[in-house]
Amino acid sequence: MKFKTFLGLPLVYCLVFGGFSYAADNSLSVEVEIPRMNVAEYHKPYVAVWLEDSNRKATQVALWYDLDMKDNEGKKWLKDIRQWWRRVGRKSEQPFDGLTSATKGPGKHTLSIDLDAKHLASIPSGDYQLRIEASREVGGKEVINIPFSWPPKASDYPISAKGSSELGRVSIQLN
Amino acid sequence: MKISRPFKVLISMGMLVGLSFNASAHRAWIVPSSTNLSGDAPWVTFDAAVSNSLFVPEHVPLRVKGLMVKDPNGNLVDVENAHTGKYRTTFDLNLVTEGTYKIGYASGGLRASWKDKEGNRKRWPGRGQTANDADFATAVPKNADELQVSQSYRTLETFVTAGEPSNKVFKPTNSGLELVPVTHPNDLFVGETAKFQFLFQGKPAVGVKLAFVKGNTRYRNEQNQIDLVTDKKGYVNVTWPEAGMYLLEAEFEDDLAQAPATKRTASYGATFSVLPE
Repeated sequence: MKFKTFLGLPLVYCLVFGGFSYAADNSLSVEVEIPRMNVAEYHKPYVAVWLEDSNRKATQVALWYDLDMKDNEGKKWLKDIRQWWRRVGRKSEQPFDGLTSATKGPGKHTLSIDLDAKHLASIPSGDYQLRIEASREVGGKEVINIPFSWPPKASDYPISAKGSSELGRVSIQLN
Repeated sequence: MKISRPFKVLISMGMLVGLSFNASAHRAWIVPSSTNLSGDAPWVTFDAAVSNSLFVPEHVPLRVKGLMVKDPNGNLVDVENAHTGKYRTTFDLNLVTEGTYKIGYASGGLRASWKDKEGNRKRWPGRGQTANDADFATAVPKNADELQVSQSYRTLETFVTAGEPSNKVFKPTNSGLELVPVTHPNDLFVGETAKFQFLFQGKPAVGVKLAFVKGNTRYRNEQNQIDLVTDKKGYVNVTWPEAGMYLLEAEFEDDLAQAPATKRTASYGATFSVLPE
């Protein structure tokens, strides 16, 4: 068996303390639940996911928005993902290109954070938050903040949190 | 001193409005429909009026004349669809350039008050009137009782940003009372402390009296005015107690005026959108 290092942790450590069978993937999977709303007019929410350090410096993870509208009309509402817009979205360089997808309806959706990705590999170690923000047209807004340390420690996982209105359960696995 | 025509209109508006920290005073304001925008070349619509209640147009409109818009590169650009109604002026602005726009009025001129022989209070320019500094000598009796002459400056503005906030529009013109951001006025959030510097004629303005009042005064009994004063370098910190649209009214005066004026007076008004967390 080949020992692969995993963010400085031997694989065995991960297996013992994390109990994952897919350690070699070296990724975090984040399952985000979009709750079903009993409302007359429902639009799928805009959702942004990012990592943030204690100085508000952000690293983009994912953005779900209405990217199919003509003339980029869907971008008009990106500012309503307010915290994300302030930290990531409004920057003139668009770090969320390539990390975007269409909006998603009620249910559980999983996104994968590749820990070997170049833009993540350079993040300094420390205390971070994984922030998930949802903003729904003719609806509410909600942000879930999940504190965690970087690089991810196997013993911390799985992590879960729960929204109260626009977001349901969020659970994070280290693979 | 020569004053351009659009400025004269504002001077008259200044006379009409006056500027006071009395809670019941008329207040001039320009309120944008949004202050932070995303997407390609977004539009913003504005209301501009003078009223008691914030931000309810119920007194007189501000005029379109003299309105100036600076784009993020510092160039003057035009508004569209301007309309002046009974109580407010409305206009639209297309944010074709990314960054921060400044929208507002800046004016200045001599003004005087005195008592005539019958003991009646006189003003020049008269209420609602425009005037030219060149007419001062003929319009104002030099030896009148209680004659007070001031060199006045008036600024009223607001800010909107497409994409990332930028700072070029805040480059001081060194005329009147001006705000120089430490905290960008389109990056304000409840619970946070914003820091601004004030300049008068390009120099730090010490002891500027500032009053912040949040909108929707109609729906509460107290004004909840926040009173502050700039420090010895012209700086002020304000911590936003609630999210909402705030009006700032600031006043400054000194006695370093040139004759025939005996004092310099300056006012500055601006609207600030404070977003919820």
